[in-house]
Amino acid sequence: MKNARTVLFLVLSLIFAGQALAAPDDSQVERGHKVYDKWCFPCHGTGSGKPGTASLAARGQKPAVLEERTDLTAPAIKTFVRHGVLFMPMFRKTEISDAELDAVCAYLTRNNKPQ
Amino acid sequence: MRVPPGVTPGDFADAIKQFEAAVGKDWVFTSDEDVDLYRDSYSPFWHEDEEPIPSAAVAPDGVEQVQAVVKIANAHKIPLWTISTGKNLGYGGSAPLLGGSVMLDLKRMDRIIEVNEKNHYALVEPGVSYFDLYRYIQEKGLKVWIDPADPGWGSPIGNAVDRGGGRTPMRDHFDAHCGMEIVLANGDIMRTGMGALPGSKTWQQYRYGFGPYVDGMFSQSNFGVVTKMGFWLFPEPEAYLTGTVTVAKHDDLIPMVATLAYLMNSGIVTGTTSVGSPLTFARQDPALAALYAKPGGPSTQELEQYAQGKNVGYWSIELPFYGPAKVVAAQWEHAKEKFSAIAGVKFQEGATRRFPMDPKDLQQFPTSVAVGIPNLSVFGVGGARSEGHVWFSPIIPMTGEAVIEAQQVFADAYREMGMAMGPLFFLGPTSNYPRCFLVLFGFPIEHDVEKNKKNRENFKHLIRVAAEHGWGEYRTHTAFMETVMDTYSFNNHALLRFHETVKDAVDPNGTLSPGKCGIWPKHLRKARA
Repeated sequence: MKNARTVLFLVLSLIFAGQALAAPDDSQVERGHKVYDKWCFPCHGTGSGKPGTASLAARGQKPAVLEERTDLTAPAIKTFVRHGVLFMPMFRKTEISDAELDAVCAYLTRNNKPQ
Repeated sequence: MRVPPGVTPGDFADAIKQFEAAVGKDWVFTSDEDVDLYRDSYSPFWHEDEEPIPSAAVAPDGVEQVQAVVKIANAHKIPLWTISTGKNLGYGGSAPLLGGSVMLDLKRMDRIIEVNEKNHYALVEPGVSYFDLYRYIQEKGLKVWIDPADPGWGSPIGNAVDRGGGRTPMRDHFDAHCGMEIVLANGDIMRTGMGALPGSKTWQQYRYGFGPYVDGMFSQSNFGVVTKMGFWLFPEPEAYLTGTVTVAKHDDLIPMVATLAYLMNSGIVTGTTSVGSPLTFARQDPALAALYAKPGGPSTQELEQYAQGKNVGYWSIELPFYGPAKVVAAQWEHAKEKFSAIAGVKFQEGATRRFPMDPKDLQQFPTSVAVGIPNLSVFGVGGARSEGHVWFSPIIPMTGEAVIEAQQVFADAYREMGMAMGPLFFLGPTSNYPRCFLVLFGFPIEHDVEKNKKNRENFKHLIRVAAEHGWGEYRTHTAFMETVMDTYSFNNHALLRFHETVKDAVDPNGTLSPGKCGIWPKHLRKARA
């Protein structure tokens, strides 16, 4: 039972890390950037008072700022958003729609290297 | 498909079809995958059958759609649980109290109808967040401040009707509202205050209107669905100054808080402050840690000696001042004069901030909610691996004697429960509300059934201990609403009986948020002992 969502996080990271992704198109990335700024940046951005970034840093995740990551995958991002992890709550579809979530995934995976 | 209690699958299927016709098929959620998104992310019932999980969710986009949904629910006797932004984490999140309720999700109603810079007010819908309103004001360059709750994704309406608080002179959020629009259980629409006057020019300026003032009955209640609300805003001040007052001895707290109360009740200090102790935050010092590790803990004399040796003081209060630079400087000087009656008092002046602030400074401002800028920093309160929290939050008098008594009573209660009242999870006492202190105790939530069961027992124990000493909660998580309401029991629960009389009159089928704050509709009401 201990920390079930952390275990889920680790499993998903292992399963999906390094999956090849098709390069997202620019408009989708741009749309995702806007959604990210609205919903994700206040917790995962740079600067003081960003508990998501602080938590990832404290747990040894590098880089701790999500926008700088190159190893995130769409399935993992969707799982975090729809199920939450640790103190991050889940987000409803009236907050972030499936289409908006796809765009966030495009934005956060934009710098992943194709394999 | 899950079905609400007391509703047949056939009736529910019929209601779902009608909900879809009212708001559109895309905005009625019935799959487990979608409905599970309405579970409380900080539920104290994780992995237990007691967790109240909804049966469906309906998300209207306007007041007419809310009316339609409420009428359908009323006709089918389906319980609805209303949320605004659904981020009331620590007090119930986006989940209902009664399992099987249909969520009435108002997040799509996110219109900022008006922000008036001349008379400093806003009129918004429930789905608007503090972030949304702040961005809107910044984009338009308006010289007004909002007063955000600590979590910026909260709703000004949701937070105000739950009687949340902030930090600026507009910090009592329900008190700062002016005018409501409410959909009643029968689908009727009502406006309060001057909003009852067709064509009124002062709905957001004169709060009372004519006749009985009923707005309070729609806070922490289940008598209607608030669909619009006005708020008074704070004109952007010229400056913000903080000054810290530190006193040396334990008993200095009594004149210190008496002086604070005088300054706050006189309108000299108009923002939220809290009583702190350098001895709380210096526990990482091995010498102090050793004192705390002693059997029975350190004596007051030992702590005073430690504070004197380290020159850190026993108690401290950071005072916030808002206004013209010359005025806040004069207010701080006046405060220092008043506190100087306490022997050995020390003062430290913080930086004076000028507005509008440089964007670079804004990024690094550590307590930005104090200057009207929403953020999410409060979610770091439990540490990097926290899985959430619920708040035990009693109100105590704004006196030093009460703070000392509360510290002793709750320390004893924690000891009896076998828990340490650590420094991290004791916030306050704070002055979010006039004339009193709010004390916040965070209870960690974990994905561990036994720990959560124990925490729930402890939480209820603290509610009862507080009530025995004359302290009541200002607000609570849905899991504890009945227990808290049970303590407000003067004259055989006369207040609750009045609420129930109103509930039976305005919502006879009991469709709106059953059980909210212990107010149940007749058919679900348990006989009181």
